[in-house]
Amino acid sequence: MSHPATDAEGHGHGHEGHDDHHHDPSFWEHYIFSTDHKMIAKQYLLTGMAMAVIGGFLVYCFRMQLAFPGMHVPFYGVVSPMEYNALVTNHGTIMIFWVAMPVLIAAFGNFCIPLMIGCDDMVFPRLNRLSYQVFLLSAIVIVASFFVPNGGFGGAWTAYPPLSGNAEYSLTPLGGSMWVLAVALEFAAFLIGGINFVTTAMNSRAPGMKWHDVPMIVWMICIASILFMASVGPLIAGAIMLLFDQQLGTGFFDPRVGGDPILWQHLFWFFGHPEVYVVLLPATGMVAEVMPVFARKKLFAYKTILYTAVGTGVLSFFVWAHHQFISGIDPRMANVFTVTTVLISIPIAEMMFLYIATLYGGSIRLTTPMLWGLAFVAEFLIGGVTGIYLGASGADIYFHDTYFVLAHFHYTFFPIAFIGTFTGLTYWYPKMFGRMMNPTLGKIHFWGTIIPYNCIFIPLFVLGAAGQHRRIYNYNHFPELSTPDMQALRIVATVSLLVLIAFQFLFLWNFFYSMWFGKKAPKNPWRATTLEWTTESPPPHGNWPDGLPTVYRGAYEYGVPGRDEDYWPQNEPN
Amino acid sequence: MIEFYIEQASTYAHEIDNVINVIGVITTFWWALTTAVFFYFIWRFRYREGVPSQYVTGKEKHLKRWVNIPHYLIILCDMVVIVAAVRVWYMVKQDLPTSDDMRTVRIIGQQWAWSFEHPGPDGKLGGPDDLAAIEDNIYTVDELHTTVDTLYHYKLEARDVMHSFSVPVFRLKQDALPGRVITGWWQATKTGEWDIQCAEMCGIGHGIMAARIFVETPEEHEVWMQAQAALAKK
Repeated sequence: MSHPATDAEGHGHGHEGHDDHHHDPSFWEHYIFSTDHKMIAKQYLLTGMAMAVIGGFLVYCFRMQLAFPGMHVPFYGVVSPMEYNALVTNHGTIMIFWVAMPVLIAAFGNFCIPLMIGCDDMVFPRLNRLSYQVFLLSAIVIVASFFVPNGGFGGAWTAYPPLSGNAEYSLTPLGGSMWVLAVALEFAAFLIGGINFVTTAMNSRAPGMKWHDVPMIVWMICIASILFMASVGPLIAGAIMLLFDQQLGTGFFDPRVGGDPILWQHLFWFFGHPEVYVVLLPATGMVAEVMPVFARKKLFAYKTILYTAVGTGVLSFFVWAHHQFISGIDPRMANVFTVTTVLISIPIAEMMFLYIATLYGGSIRLTTPMLWGLAFVAEFLIGGVTGIYLGASGADIYFHDTYFVLAHFHYTFFPIAFIGTFTGLTYWYPKMFGRMMNPTLGKIHFWGTIIPYNCIFIPLFVLGAAGQHRRIYNYNHFPELSTPDMQALRIVATVSLLVLIAFQFLFLWNFFYSMWFGKKAPKNPWRATTLEWTTESPPPHGNWPDGLPTVYRGAYEYGVPGRDEDYWPQNEPN
Repeated sequence: MIEFYIEQASTYAHEIDNVINVIGVITTFWWALTTAVFFYFIWRFRYREGVPSQYVTGKEKHLKRWVNIPHYLIILCDMVVIVAAVRVWYMVKQDLPTSDDMRTVRIIGQQWAWSFEHPGPDGKLGGPDDLAAIEDNIYTVDELHTTVDTLYHYKLEARDVMHSFSVPVFRLKQDALPGRVITGWWQATKTGEWDIQCAEMCGIGHGIMAARIFVETPEEHEVWMQAQAALAKK
């Protein structure tokens, strides 16, 4: 780990929060209460990884129960129906809100935005620190909710009332309220962070960096932050109403006193669907950074990719009720939402085509980050096409709430939260920690993740097609679902999960070992064009101690004819 | 595709399966094509000593059309999917067919059981609006008895939290909401005995909220009704 530079020379953007530059910071100032965007990024990253371990442990417990009902799960014990519900609920909640969000948006947003637009820090460093602290508090609340009487909340990550609103139904009087509180706190943390990302990208770009010179990942995180900020308001309000229903006896969602449970579903999914794109866009942004570098190719149609991202984001506000086709809304509504949902395939298909077109004419090196980036496209394509079945109202009557849905969204969320993260992490690791990861271990980890991942979810597609519905702790109560064939598929999925988890230990070893003992990383190990590769690895506090860079061209000038080098850094004068 | 895993036992089961098949053909085609091109590019443009990458911006017309033309075709495919889906949706969820010999059943979801109110020998489902017909109603828990080829309307209610009434062999699924009565229909095409699921998380006992549907011939159904009447007299 680096020691921050004590020199504040060359800071082009005078702002507060840097008064600790002129003395050596203590351990607390440096690692815990830092306002340096890179340290906050690492805080988010490590917290996200710790939460991923917890989320992974939860899925291990309930997949073992599904494959071997009633068994004593090693390191856990027997899974009761009540615990099963809490496990699936919190697995979903944690993986989306405490893994995908902090890692993809907050960690990479904090790390990449100032370094890639060529400024010394976020424009609001103290807000940035506050954002992490609120996030950490929310993480503590959600983890603590497991240890209160009656355990964690078990009403599914969608928390539909009246089940979630009344302790007499959910039987988790404390766990339910802590779940809502944690989610609301987490949203507040990302509202603060989102303001920071967008403001920084708008105001602090290096001299000469025009809008279309901005690297795609910066665009994607800004669009995602705007989507998040525009969609989360109604759900924060809804979460407070739900908390009031639980603790103060109001009845916003309780039909016995004139409330409406459907109202919550609208508030939840009006946020919930844009949320998919909030985490998807940063992941696609990382792939857009990695692909040109290792194909030595300019990004194919930069502006069109940007417009597809904006188009997807705007459309994502008009599709939410496809989660509610059969929930008792007016059936005529389904026709409108089928059209909007299927139409979202237009920008997303275009984006995937353009990524594939970027490979055309390249000189492709299959390094670890490139393998992850390519895998993202291949796996996300499966997630994309299986979404059409669910967006089409007529087919969704059958598929709704089956394992087909589950397999579909794991083919989107796993590529987003894990394949996307591994793409970015293996790519920026040298810049983050100043050392190289072991490429051989990286490739073993890659194949050890991708193969079992597909072996988990392809059987779940089959089970869903055969009518297996979700959130059932033991299928023996359903004669059609307890056949030996179906149980065999469940066991295949669970064993594949165990293999996948085992290979993650290899990654953790590579991650932490390389941090101290890896090969020292040069400034620009991948010979990339963007600005973060023009400073030291890792960059000191203030990022460019000798003065901030100036930008002369777009972010993806690879293979330009008539030059000795096959890349042309953004900051190199003509 | 779906009928390979689970049989079709209602008039609209094959219609829903057909939508799924249409989507299956379209998406499999595009997925296979895209994936094939993707892996071909990875192989064709692999790193080779002395072969530099090309400088392509994405503005070249002769290259852009390879993205644009498939894209227009995808929009066409989207139209097909939308029409197929909306057509079946209308039939199953928006339309409510009626006939002279149809019957109505009341289905009530509660933590954690399904209870059913069947019409008795008079064929009418009593209720607050028809107190005379209520006399011979047959009440059961976790067993729904119906006749084959008869049009059924259901009145779906929930007592406490949300549940979802799901009969996979019928391809029927509908959430039950406390405070509302939701009406829908089915018409079974074959006799048999199948699962009824609760497909919406409803609390600790969600995993045991299983019921069975019995689709019987009119004669079998008559025998069942007599047995219930005899039971009621005891």
